[in-house]
Amino acid sequence: MMARLPAGGRARFWIGFATSAAALLVIAPAFMSDFRLSLLAKFLCFAIVAVGISLAWGHGGMLVLGQGIFFGLGGYSMGMFLKLDEAPAGQLPDFMTWSGVEHLPVLWEPFQHAWFAVGAAIVIPVVLATLLGLLVFRRGVRTAYFAILSQALAAAFVILLVGQQGLIGGTNGLTNFQSFFGLTLADPANQRILYFAIVIALGAVFLLARQLVVSRYGRLLVAVRDAETRVRFLGYDPATIKVVAYAAAAGMAGLAGALFVPVVGIISPALLGVVPSLEMVVWVAVGGRASLAGAVVGALLVNYAKTGLSERFPSAWTYVQGLLFVVVIVLLPKGLAGVGEILRSRIPRPRLAGGTAAELSTSPVERRPA
Amino acid sequence: MRGEALLQIRGLHVSFDGFKALDGVDFDAYDGEVHFLIGPNGAGKTTLVDVITGLTAPSEGSVRYGATELVGKPPQKIVRLGVGRTFQTATVVDALTVGENLDLAASFRLPLRKLLRRRRGLDPPVVEALETVGLAPQAEEPAGSLSHGQKQWLEIGMLLVQEPRLLLLDEPVAGLSAEERTRTGELISLIAADRTVVVVEHDMDFLRRFANVVTVMHEGRLLCHRASVGEVQANQEVQQVYVGRARGARGGVEVS
Repeated sequence: MMARLPAGGRARFWIGFATSAAALLVIAPAFMSDFRLSLLAKFLCFAIVAVGISLAWGHGGMLVLGQGIFFGLGGYSMGMFLKLDEAPAGQLPDFMTWSGVEHLPVLWEPFQHAWFAVGAAIVIPVVLATLLGLLVFRRGVRTAYFAILSQALAAAFVILLVGQQGLIGGTNGLTNFQSFFGLTLADPANQRILYFAIVIALGAVFLLARQLVVSRYGRLLVAVRDAETRVRFLGYDPATIKVVAYAAAAGMAGLAGALFVPVVGIISPALLGVVPSLEMVVWVAVGGRASLAGAVVGALLVNYAKTGLSERFPSAWTYVQGLLFVVVIVLLPKGLAGVGEILRSRIPRPRLAGGTAAELSTSPVERRPA
Repeated sequence: MRGEALLQIRGLHVSFDGFKALDGVDFDAYDGEVHFLIGPNGAGKTTLVDVITGLTAPSEGSVRYGATELVGKPPQKIVRLGVGRTFQTATVVDALTVGENLDLAASFRLPLRKLLRRRRGLDPPVVEALETVGLAPQAEEPAGSLSHGQKQWLEIGMLLVQEPRLLLLDEPVAGLSAEERTRTGELISLIAADRTVVVVEHDMDFLRRFANVVTVMHEGRLLCHRASVGEVQANQEVQQVYVGRARGARGGVEVS
């Protein structure tokens, strides 16, 4: 873990951060083709989601299996704005016309404004996660049950979206975007601008998450993950501590969704259901859930592997991904971030990432010791 | 007596699936005493501590702390009122350092936005607590690497920095060596100078050395309330409960 290092550790962090920033801002755009750069932009959006998952799951012990919801809320917010922005004056977005919708639905009205759409992409996920978190964590719902709940919500969200053909495009989602804040999306130069915006967003999200992790709050989050009852007896409300991390992770996923839409040109239920939500967790598990940097690396590596493999063996990826997840959980509970640690010190791992078995307790509500 | 009791428990009933863990308990603790709570396994000692600290809800009865009723309050609120506790198995956060454990304990009154700042060094109360419990050399080590005894001391240190008025220690010397017991006892005496300490304990030797007041529990009731060590040792009923249960029971407690 990067958190408790004194001055030397901080210097190392900033060197690593600056190196990564230089690689992403200078080297990648100089050497990558437009296609490859746009692929990287997409993966960096995923990395933003991964940073949030590392915060909530790796540090806070909340196994978030439904981050697709928040990613989707961000994506749809942005998608709605783009659709309205490029529809000719007085006309409805194309898919509405096809579905026989005659008036702009009230839900869409505020999304005419860019500030509203961008704000909503972050604020709606944060508010939703806060409400959900207060409801769930106040009742002391256990990790495994929280995980199932979050996944069920992702499934329900997809069903809800698919059923609304006229309102938000149903199964097809929102697509056919032409421009982004007046920039033609087909133009590679504009895709580059978008790429830079995403790199900067990732950097900001990473620094925010790091601040949370290295602060007292971050220590407290780890304490809640490992000894929730003890934290209560230190005078803190574990529910509040968890909600902050969960809401932050949701806001990050929302931002990522909003940035994803102009890069990829589509947001649809297939991108945010149960399977995509699970994949997000796999990235973080592979990279190392308790390491923010590990989560970023995991998101990039797994997605590159997916692209590479799917190009050659289209049907094999699902199996590879499943295997990868099992191997990581069994052999490398700390993910790739743990490999460096193992190499650095031969000391057998303490019980940092050993929570998996304990989290799957049998009781739905925290045990009240007699 | 010394006026009002700091802790006044009246008519406490707790049952788990029909089993009466506490069956009409009245209990008082006064300022500045080291009050030992003893009794065979299953007597309800830990349940009593759990009720006081908000972990278990009683079906009946009241727990008054000063002028405040504690029943119905969540644990974190009770802690904020100045009631601290430790657990039978020392629970510290293994993944954090000793200093971080103490720092979190000391920061519990900070608002959330202040918690979001990075900690710079250790605050004076934390340093003081580290020295009091003798863990200053281990401040930067993960709490998970401490011995069982050291973890108990760390827990006591975490209570100290919270400056509670009432401390409840649940078997603080179980599983400790003789030397560690003495050290823990000294710590407890030190703490008790300006606080009320209730100690749940099995160990009679430890009790003889450090108790001011003793309450004996048996099967969810008080067998004797606020007695002296001498009185408890002379009490036939207490002898019987212990000796009767001690044959074949875990760690047979000897009263003589």
